[in-house]
Amino acid sequence: MKSKWWIIGLAIAFLLAIISPIASKFPDGLDRFAEDYNFADKAVEPSFTVIPDYSFPGITADATATIIAGVLGTLLLFGLVFGLATLLKSKHEA
Amino acid sequence: MHIPDGFLSAPVAAATGVVAVAAIAVAVKETNKKMGEKQVPMMGVLAAFIFAAQMLNFPVAGGTSGHFVGAALAAVLLGPWATVLIMSSVLVVQSLIFQDGGLLALGANITNMGLIAGFGSYYIYKGIDMLFKNSKASTLVGAGVGAWFSVVLASVACAAELSLSGTSPWIIAIPAMGGVHMLIGVGEGLITTAVLSLIMATRADLLKLQIA
Repeated sequence: MKSKWWIIGLAIAFLLAIISPIASKFPDGLDRFAEDYNFADKAVEPSFTVIPDYSFPGITADATATIIAGVLGTLLLFGLVFGLATLLKSKHEA
Repeated sequence: MHIPDGFLSAPVAAATGVVAVAAIAVAVKETNKKMGEKQVPMMGVLAAFIFAAQMLNFPVAGGTSGHFVGAALAAVLLGPWATVLIMSSVLVVQSLIFQDGGLLALGANITNMGLIAGFGSYYIYKGIDMLFKNSKASTLVGAGVGAWFSVVLASVACAAELSLSGTSPWIIAIPAMGGVHMLIGVGEGLITTAVLSLIMATRADLLKLQIA
């Protein structure tokens, strides 16, 4: 299966999505800065939400909701960018 | 480092929006020339990997976390223009679907984590790699150093946008953002180097797919 290296790459990405509930819950560099200097409350709530905070809505088990969100996002990005790249390739060959 | 809506002024959001749209337009044109059979799955896998890896925040000093950005990894593997497309796709999905990063701040986030992180890391990587005659070690060192700079440069750009927006004064924003991201950047360098080492050991031919 030498030609299918990317299946392994994709499997690693899914593995990361599956272990994502272990991620640190501390605020990131920007969020921390905003909290420390009192402008965090300037952040505007999104006008609509789909899968907010990487947690699939309606699932009460936090880790499961995060894993589903992560796996969906990983799949979506693979499909989207694979498709985009295919489009760019075919235009070039045409 | 995803800027939410509310932190940027309308002029800063608009200006970075124009920069991002222009960068994507050029990126489409540039990648279109050389996109081939092997680059297509690499584009998809990198986008998927970067999205998933960005979910894994790791703790750094003082109750703060950081996460992998991925622009440097993409830039080393596929070049800076392909990186702009990959990072823009990740950031658009994160903003639209996961409400991570504001819709109006999307241009700024693409400018910082796609354009600046991608091109910054690419030229630093290239410079170091050429300086030491393109050896395996120079590729890894160049990529690691480039990755560190990608995060620091993006964070300084983010701080500059916050300052121009009147959200935080320059004198505070630049050292605060740059400082913590000098730590987070170490994680970026380690992850980037580890992934490239793995590719080098198993499929070294995949290191030769750069498309402008």
